[in-house]
Amino acid sequence: MIAHLPILQVILPLMAAPLCLMLKRPQLVWVFALIASGLAFVVSVLLLQQVMTTGVISYELGGWQAPWGIEYRIDKLNAFLLLIISGISTIVLVAAQTSIEKEIPKDKHVYFYVLYLLSLTGMLGIVATGDAFNVFVFLEVSSLSAYALIAMGQKRQALWASYQYLIMGTIGATFILIGIGLMYQMTGTLNMYDLSQRLPEVAQTRTVFAAFAFVVVGVCLKLAMFPLHLWLPNAYTYAPSIVTAFFAATATKVAVYLLIRFTFSVFGVSFSFTTIPLETLFMALGLVGIFVASTSAIFQSNVKRLFAFSSIAQIGYMIVGFSLTTVTGLTATLLHLFNHALMKGAIFLALAAVIYRVGSVELTNLRGLGRQMPLTMAAIVIGGLSLIGVPLTVGFVSKWYLLIALIEEGLWPVAVLILLGSMLAVVYVWRIVEVAYFKEPLDKNVIVKEAPLSFLIPIWALVIANIYFGIDTRLSVQVAEAAAQSLFGGAL
Amino acid sequence: MVVAFAIIRMKDLFAVVMLLGIYGLLSASFFVAMDAVDVAFTEAAVGAGISTLLMLVVIAITGRKEKANRHKPLPALLIVLITGGLLVYGTLDMPHFGAADAPIHNHVAPRYIDDSMAEVGVPNIVTSVLASYRAFDTFGEVVVIFTAGIGVLTLLSVARRKEDDEEATAINDSMHEQHLVIRIVAKILIPFILLFALYVQFHGDFGPGGGFQAGVIFAAAIILYTMLFGLNTARKVINQTFIQLIAAIGVLLYGSVGIVSLMNGGNFFDYNVLASDPIAGQHLGILLIEWGVGCTVASIMIVIFFNFAGRRELYQHNQVPQNQEPS
Repeated sequence: MIAHLPILQVILPLMAAPLCLMLKRPQLVWVFALIASGLAFVVSVLLLQQVMTTGVISYELGGWQAPWGIEYRIDKLNAFLLLIISGISTIVLVAAQTSIEKEIPKDKHVYFYVLYLLSLTGMLGIVATGDAFNVFVFLEVSSLSAYALIAMGQKRQALWASYQYLIMGTIGATFILIGIGLMYQMTGTLNMYDLSQRLPEVAQTRTVFAAFAFVVVGVCLKLAMFPLHLWLPNAYTYAPSIVTAFFAATATKVAVYLLIRFTFSVFGVSFSFTTIPLETLFMALGLVGIFVASTSAIFQSNVKRLFAFSSIAQIGYMIVGFSLTTVTGLTATLLHLFNHALMKGAIFLALAAVIYRVGSVELTNLRGLGRQMPLTMAAIVIGGLSLIGVPLTVGFVSKWYLLIALIEEGLWPVAVLILLGSMLAVVYVWRIVEVAYFKEPLDKNVIVKEAPLSFLIPIWALVIANIYFGIDTRLSVQVAEAAAQSLFGGAL
Repeated sequence: MVVAFAIIRMKDLFAVVMLLGIYGLLSASFFVAMDAVDVAFTEAAVGAGISTLLMLVVIAITGRKEKANRHKPLPALLIVLITGGLLVYGTLDMPHFGAADAPIHNHVAPRYIDDSMAEVGVPNIVTSVLASYRAFDTFGEVVVIFTAGIGVLTLLSVARRKEDDEEATAINDSMHEQHLVIRIVAKILIPFILLFALYVQFHGDFGPGGGFQAGVIFAAAIILYTMLFGLNTARKVINQTFIQLIAAIGVLLYGSVGIVSLMNGGNFFDYNVLASDPIAGQHLGILLIEWGVGCTVASIMIVIFFNFAGRRELYQHNQVPQNQEPS
């Protein structure tokens, strides 16, 4: 079975989704989905181990050789991503049952799990595949399920948010498809590895430039990179809390992965960064993104929205690391991918717990919660510290690597700007701390108790991971570094 | 082009939907002209058929006129122009249409054309690429359709109460009595449409067709029946849970073909190991997955239509008392 791990990674949640539809009892479906996601996580751990010891794994679907059939190609980069996605998905699912009880009508619970698993499938499929068109197919699976999941939110605005995301997401996906189509026209192949071999020949044509532009813009829409981020705050704010926790920790990561994959592996470093001034553009947009989004975050009164803006800012950090096009810069980006998944997973899960107890995450409703829900609020605070980049948390590790990468390149001013950006994070995290710990609780919230265990266990699992990987950085740094090096070491 | 422009300028949504149908049909004939018969088939069935229908149902709920809109979004126009410009710019260096030395004809395609008969044993190359060489993409597409169906279900499905059903039936009966001629003609036609769907399903190996097209045609027959005889009559025959089950079974059937090939020692979707003879294995595999595709597509189309139409009935139902109150 070991040889079939790459396909099992995707097929497990995929086959589990229609089976869920047959089980009918929500409780049962939840357990089943949890098992499926857990198994996917186990598979991803095994895959990562295998990749680290033996190198790239290639799996030919249908037994057809690569450029004719579809190939799954697992290297260090996507094995790392698979681990993040399936891990977060499993942890978030633990809390799902309790959380959706209050947020989604009972008769839709089964559909929720089906869509959740499909969304997971889509993301895993995008990451695992080595075929450009297959990326698009699974992108559709993950986006369609995402739209439906977001629209399940309690408030009516959820529908509008989902619609906004649908329009933007569809434009993004269409752009990616146009780009892939143009590439196919110039090379006659859809396989990524094959593309990277054949593109340099035709690199100087306008068609390839247009293809590159379409793919990058399309991915950036999905990524919510700064000027294209408008769909994200609404989508995260109005989606059911569990969905927000899942997407905030994974969805944009998948888009970052696609960006790295297409620019570094498919088009190749020399094309992406020497022929086109992409670095300068991305560096600037990344920095502007950090400042605009962090500042917007400071002025939000809805805490979910606040952290949604903070997510956009964090994407800015990843883009800055990416735009350096050095091994250290890319390592910082990949580290931040992993670390940001841990922090945002913890924070949004804790917010889900707050919604479960209090019913709202307006800042005023959080008053005095530090005493009533000490463990939940502590989780938010630690997550916030990690966002700022305080030592002993994961946030510190990735910021540290980013700074080193910037200084290596002699970009002192940018490094200073990054530090200033972190100061903005201090401001918005402090607002929450102040309200939660130094204000008297609202009258109607006096009876609020600590969140149930089904929340606390996954939340604290993530919080402990936040601290653990902040102190013992061996695993994450080693993998991220190896993945970054492999991207520069030539082709896929 | 003319039709597309008319669609944008038109304010009457009903006419817009009709034009969209024409647009679908035109692009279908365009695909035929480019020798992409299978795509044309799908476009004719989905673009000109089912999607027009769904939009009509939506119009029935929301009303026919577009709201007057004086807002002129200039930045949007700019972005569209830039994108369009980029597309045209990109085409400048493209190989000429139909050029024999274009890369697409010289890299992957020759093996499909030359060897697929020997390797897969199916005369229709499109089918062998779709269902065997790139079977996993097709599987992905089926899952996309499944996802869309579940998405519609989550957003639109309404808990139905029993008492309402009786009343609704009464309303429907009077409403549908009127179209006597159409009903009789449809009654004669529907069996043939279903039969044709099955033909397309099984004939996919040899001519244009396959699970996607067959599923849509099959669904079209059911939808035609529903429109003429009322949602409740149709629901008596095919209820929601049953149809969901079929959709799930379709995906599972497709996937389990892959899993069985794993068990038999091949890679996922390696049909060669399904039977002792590789060609027989390929045939069996393609037949089964086409069935999976057909099941899922047909049932999801029906589910989507039922839920849109169900919404509409619910809406009409709610509206009747409201209208009565003022008088």
